[in-house]
Formats: sequence, structure tokens, C-alpha cells
Amino acid sequence: MRNPQLNDEGQLQHLLTIEGLPREILTYILDTAASFIGVTEREVKKVPLLRGKSVFNLFFEPSTRTRTTFEIAAKRLSADVINLNIAVSSSTKGETLLDTVDNLSAMYADMFVVRHSSSGAAHLIARHVASHVHVINAGDGRHAHPTQGLLDIYTIRHYKKDFTKLTVAIVGDVLHSRVARSLIHALTTLGTPEVRVVGPKTLMPAGVEQLGVKVFHDMREGLAGCDVVMMLRLQNERMKGPLLPSAQEFFKSYGLTPAKLALAKTDAIVMHPGPMNRGVEIDSSVADGPHSVILPQVTFGIAVRMAVMSILAGN
Amino acid sequence: MNLPDAEALCLDLARLLRPEVTESTAIVGIRTGGAWLAERLHRELALVTPMGALDISFYRDDFDKAGLHHQVKPSQIPFEVNGRHIVVVDDVLYTGRTVRAAMNELFDYGRPGKIELAVLVDRGGRQLPIAAQYVGATLHVPQGKLLRLARDAKDKFFLRLSDAKPAA
Repeated sequence: MRNPQLNDEGQLQHLLTIEGLPREILTYILDTAASFIGVTEREVKKVPLLRGKSVFNLFFEPSTRTRTTFEIAAKRLSADVINLNIAVSSSTKGETLLDTVDNLSAMYADMFVVRHSSSGAAHLIARHVASHVHVINAGDGRHAHPTQGLLDIYTIRHYKKDFTKLTVAIVGDVLHSRVARSLIHALTTLGTPEVRVVGPKTLMPAGVEQLGVKVFHDMREGLAGCDVVMMLRLQNERMKGPLLPSAQEFFKSYGLTPAKLALAKTDAIVMHPGPMNRGVEIDSSVADGPHSVILPQVTFGIAVRMAVMSILAGN
Repeated sequence: MNLPDAEALCLDLARLLRPEVTESTAIVGIRTGGAWLAERLHRELALVTPMGALDISFYRDDFDKAGLHHQVKPSQIPFEVNGRHIVVVDDVLYTGRTVRAAMNELFDYGRPGKIELAVLVDRGGRQLPIAAQYVGATLHVPQGKLLRLARDAKDKFFLRLSDAKPAA
């Protein structure tokens, strides 16, 4: 089946998921992002690439970091940005979503950045819009968060250069994490020899091994000899459910402490997609410590989103 | 058609520039050919200010039609632009659109005191009111042909003429 993200020439038309994207496109995005890093360090932090274009941030689910970095990225490309925070109830999906999109398209939208709690929402919009309109998935349900995955691999490449020698551990609530899924696809596409997922059985999706990862339930074993430790956010709302005894219990088994980090390589980097729950999945001394690259991830995220937007707009 | 020797033109250009550059003059090459040339001129003229390189992909006026579609490299301007004498260097001057984009990009780093243009070959065909102050050679190249600077394995410069890709 044709990849719905690519046009007839095999170029990126929409960014919906990292799954199935060829290595060349991933590398091209990362290289382009590297050029935008220079732009963000200048006196004038803008380039005129998307001048006259309208980018609509369609957020059906709350987000601060992602929405803000998309907004900054679009503005640095000289686009006009319109932010819409749309609260959605479970009964108003499907047709209403497409009606919203139709209305915004009538306002001459050139690009939609979509965050939605339902998996597949961005795909639905991408299939619906006119051929000159581009759609970026900014997180759909448990499915994918491709720009987060891209900024994660950008960060890893920045510090570690070569993926073909790395061991990467993704730790925590893998079950609910679109961030984990996107990162796993990106890492395997780029030839990372060992990707580990570490977490309790209750927070591990069934059949996760089929993504090409090794599963660990003991964090000490999972972290041994790692180059990169990606901590996932444990969502407070899931604490009350039957999946976990308590946040304290979770921290004891799967929280990243200096003692556990010491099992990874001495030059290991620690990443987190944010927002962090200090004392739940990560100890403050690690989050603020010398191994942490959590804030550079945020900064790189702007350049990566600039790269994605400009590549899409040019295709 | 007979193409001039690019190595000789490069030396000519250095000779033209030598009396005009000072300690604070900066030389900026437009990637890729112009950056190779700037590197050579920078060495030849023993300039003190580190050289700059521009990738004008983010400033092209045909982005809507052409997109990015090639490897963009970071621009590097490792000096203070404000008030400075800057010589922009490119291999071939044709429509003038690349130079326009390069100047726009430079202004996003600051307000240069003076910008001049040095090119190995001026092939005519301008679409904008842009002229080079330092020119290695003036050549008449027919429309539809692409003239570019190339390097061999020993880093020796030569000019290459090919058929331009039809516009997408």
C-alpha cells in the first residue's frame, strides 16, 4: 500500500508517523534541522521561507511545549500562525473534526498541525484536505508523535553521532506512550543495534518485541551499558487505575536515580519528552544533573519542526 | 565552447581584490562553488577575518516552485556583520537572484557597512539590477546551459558546462 505521507514522487507531503519512512527522509530532516540551528542563534532569528503561508495549530488535547515550539518554528519561518485550542467531547468526533478542517481550509490554511486524543485523527485530516495543504501530526492518541521522535533522534545524533554503535533504553510507561513508539521506529530505521524497553509488565504493550526491541522488567538490567536513557512520562491520571500500586512504588522500581544511572555508560545521556514528574519517573538530581540533555531537546525541537515545515511546504 | 582556465581566473580575481581589502574585510562564499572560491581567495589574500559561507536555500525566491530538495548546509558567518566591508563571492553570476538572496540573508546577521561582489565568471542574463565589482571573465553562455565551478580530485578548479535541468 502507498504510504499516505508521501506524494507520487516519494516526497514527504504530510508527516503523520515515522513508521515506514525511509532512512533518507529521516536523515534529510535531521540535516535540514542542523541548518536551522544556525538561524536560531542569529540576531534576526527568522528566514522568509513560509512568508505568506498560514499555519493552523489545531490542538484538541492540551499541550504547552509542543504547541509553543510549533508556533515558534512557524513564526521563525515567517508564516502566519493561528492557534486553536479546541476542547473535544467524546461525542463530537469524525464529522465535526472534518467540518472544522473544512472551515479553516476556507480561510486559506496551508498547513495544519494537529494534536488529538484519537489515534488516526491526523491521517483522517490528511486524506481529506486539498493537495496543496500539508498536515503534521503533533500527537494522536497512543499512536504517534513523529516530531518528538525526530527531535529525540536529533538530540541523540548531536551527542552520540553514530547510531550503529548505540544501546538505547526507553523506560517507563511504554504502553500509553506515542513518544516511545515514534522513537523506536526512528531508531530502528537509522540502524540502532539495540533498543530496549524497560518497564512493568502492566505498562508494556502486548507484542512490543515485534517492533524490534528487547524487553526488560528489571531496570538495573535494562540500563546496564546503555548510551542513551529515555525516560517516559508517567501520567498521573493513570496512577489510580489498576496498572500501578502507587507513584512511590513506581519510583522505587523504575524511577531514574543517580545509583541506577551509574549502571549505564559513564558518558550516557538522559532524555525526557516532558513534562517531567520529578520523584515519580526521574530524580531531581538526575533531571538537573550533568548527564541530562532534557532542555537541549526542547531547543532542538524548534529547529526540527522548522525543518519539517519547510520540507513539507516545498513539496 | 571554449571555457577559460578557472585556476588562472581565480588568480586574476585575487589580484583585483588585493588592493581593495583591509584587515577588517570579510569574504563570504555562496555554497557550493562560491564557498570553494572564497576559501581559495581567503588563503591567497591572507585575510585575518575568518571567512563566511552562505547557504541561501532558505532565502530563494523560487521556494514555492522548487522547494528545498537538496542538502542544506548551515550558513556560517563567524564575524560581526555590523559596519563591516564584506565581499560576497560566487562562481558564476547569471540572473542575480542568488546574490539577492545572499544579501537578504546577510542583513539578518546585521547591517554591513559595504557589500561588494566578486565572481569568477559573469555570464550575463541578469534579471535583477545587480552587478559585480570584481570579475574574472565575461562569457556569453546560451540560455538553458548551466555553467558551474567544479573541483577535481587534487582540488584543482575547472569550469563545467552542462544542460540545465528543465524547470519542474
